[in-house]
Amino acid sequence: MAGFLQQVIEGLGAGAIYASLALALVLIHRFTGIVNFAQGELAMFSTYVAWQFTAAGLPFWAALPLTLAVSFAGGMLIERVVIRPVEGAPELTVVIVTVGLFIFVNAAAGWIWSFLIKDFPNPFPVGAVEAGGLTVSHSTLGVLAVVGAVMGLLYLLFRHTKVGLGMRAVAADPVSARLVGVRVGRTLALGWGLAATVGAVSGVLVAPLLFLEPNMMGGVLIYAFAAATLGGFDSPGGAVVGGLVVGVAETLAGAYVGFVGSDLKVGVPLAVILCVLLLRPQGLFGRAAVERA
Amino acid sequence: MSGPAETAGEPMTAEKSETVGKPVAAGPAAGRRGALVRAVTAHRGRLAVAALLAVACYLPFQLVPFHVFQLTMVLVYAVALLGLNLLVGHAGQISLGHGAFFAVGAYGTAIMIDRWDAPHLATLPVAAAAAFALGLAFGLPAVRLHGLYLALVTLAIAVFLVPLLKRFESVTGGSMGLTLGKPAPPAWTGLAEDQWLYFLALAVAVVTFLLARGLLRSRVGRALHAVRDDEAAAEVMGVRLSFHKTLAFAWSAMFAGAAGSVYTWVIGFVSPDSFSVTLSITLLAGIVVGGLGSLAGPLLGGLFVMFVPSISQDVNEAAPGVVFGLLIIAVMYVAPAGLAGLAARLARSTMRILRKG
Repeated sequence: MAGFLQQVIEGLGAGAIYASLALALVLIHRFTGIVNFAQGELAMFSTYVAWQFTAAGLPFWAALPLTLAVSFAGGMLIERVVIRPVEGAPELTVVIVTVGLFIFVNAAAGWIWSFLIKDFPNPFPVGAVEAGGLTVSHSTLGVLAVVGAVMGLLYLLFRHTKVGLGMRAVAADPVSARLVGVRVGRTLALGWGLAATVGAVSGVLVAPLLFLEPNMMGGVLIYAFAAATLGGFDSPGGAVVGGLVVGVAETLAGAYVGFVGSDLKVGVPLAVILCVLLLRPQGLFGRAAVERA
Repeated sequence: MSGPAETAGEPMTAEKSETVGKPVAAGPAAGRRGALVRAVTAHRGRLAVAALLAVACYLPFQLVPFHVFQLTMVLVYAVALLGLNLLVGHAGQISLGHGAFFAVGAYGTAIMIDRWDAPHLATLPVAAAAAFALGLAFGLPAVRLHGLYLALVTLAIAVFLVPLLKRFESVTGGSMGLTLGKPAPPAWTGLAEDQWLYFLALAVAVVTFLLARGLLRSRVGRALHAVRDDEAAAEVMGVRLSFHKTLAFAWSAMFAGAAGSVYTWVIGFVSPDSFSVTLSITLLAGIVVGGLGSLAGPLLGGLFVMFVPSISQDVNEAAPGVVFGLLIIAVMYVAPAGLAGLAARLARSTMRILRKG
């Protein structure tokens, strides 16, 4: 039993990271109806920015806010430069543009920092907390705490600030929002900036567990997609729950289903996506879309 | 080297575009010269394909084996892109995992040859059928819904494939892959191995192009275009959305599988790392840049996928990715019909100048 709970805790740690990337995906989807296939690569790029700051001698906790600021600005810039021209274009066009962005950002990181693996400093102290026969490492606790804090801040932003109110208005109905004086363009850019920031958090958290290299986020992106599909692409809370569920499911499948093992774990998100699409396509917390022609 | 293919690309697209009739009707040019121009204009599609085929049959006798090999790979990619074009360009659905179906074809052929000593040519239909069946299985849940989910599912398949191939080591050879013999040219042809492989690939490419053309001109093709242009309107007109979308996905998987099969003949080696997500994304880049929704697009895309990386790799290891990424975005902004669209535009203005002169 203790072994099982131990696996669940490990899964929650991994799931929190998936949740934060899924949250970034859901944020953009809610505001713009776009699924950003480049989200993982943007997070990877942010992680390299953080690495560059630490390599320049900054302590991690000083590099983090700088990285988040750079990511926020970068996200807004990308919305303005890359996404704005195809706003309102058919979904196919937008998806292809984000895939183009995916390839470009991936290659650009490889060009700047090379494809060699880099070590990323672990921001949390080595060691673990032991309680009731369970061992929870500091880094798992740290990851959970950071992701929890990000969720809390986003909640406060959306529920209790004027900017957040405007953002919710744009997500609900851009035309009406514009009529009541919300600057829709700026709000969309803000949404991309926020998503890039949240994504950057996931990148920085996952880098010490994996290794920092340009293809680092490819696998994580699949888990985040599964999480967002499970939770519902228009539900931030759902993304978090979905991320945790996918993380736990992945860890348990790896540990207890002999056939899956550690190498086939990446089949779990595929299975999750397929199951959700067959059983409840709108996800656990999403609303079924009603289409009007 | 890309010269002949590009000249062929122009009229092939022009042929299918709706403006074909106009220049002939509008050109009041008199005399034999005018008649000749009119005849050329009216049959330019066929003439161009004939010229292209003639050049394609002539080239392997003029080039060094390595260049023949490169052209063979262009044909292999063109067949895969043909399938992707059917799905993305004609049915308006998106796949980020076509490399996986390519891999199914490649591994299917490799395993058949490795285990049962199957004759090379016999493996292609089986491999293509396997890819078709898999496409059907994964298409069913994915295309019932919003187009976006197909992109998600296919991406997940592409990511899952590599560890899966590595896992079943006894069948797939694991990370080491499988090494196989290449099909030997029959003695009566007098061809060298590279030339024989080239002609095999050319034959497969011609057959699949004819197949795709027939498909698109049938009622199925019109149904796909209706789905792409407006799903709701198509449904109202009596097009069964999920049926056609699923079938389009399965067909396009089949073409990718056929291309994979030829890939194994040509390379004589398969390993999991050749079929990573990068391949799927490269294929998507190829068809977008080559030209979505045109018959010439896959060929131009094949040339692009084959030669742009090998040229730009000299600059930097990451240069192909940078070029691919920027070009995809640029094409979507300024030339949604890709290279084939640009070529068709060029052909039209050439024709105009010809008529006036």
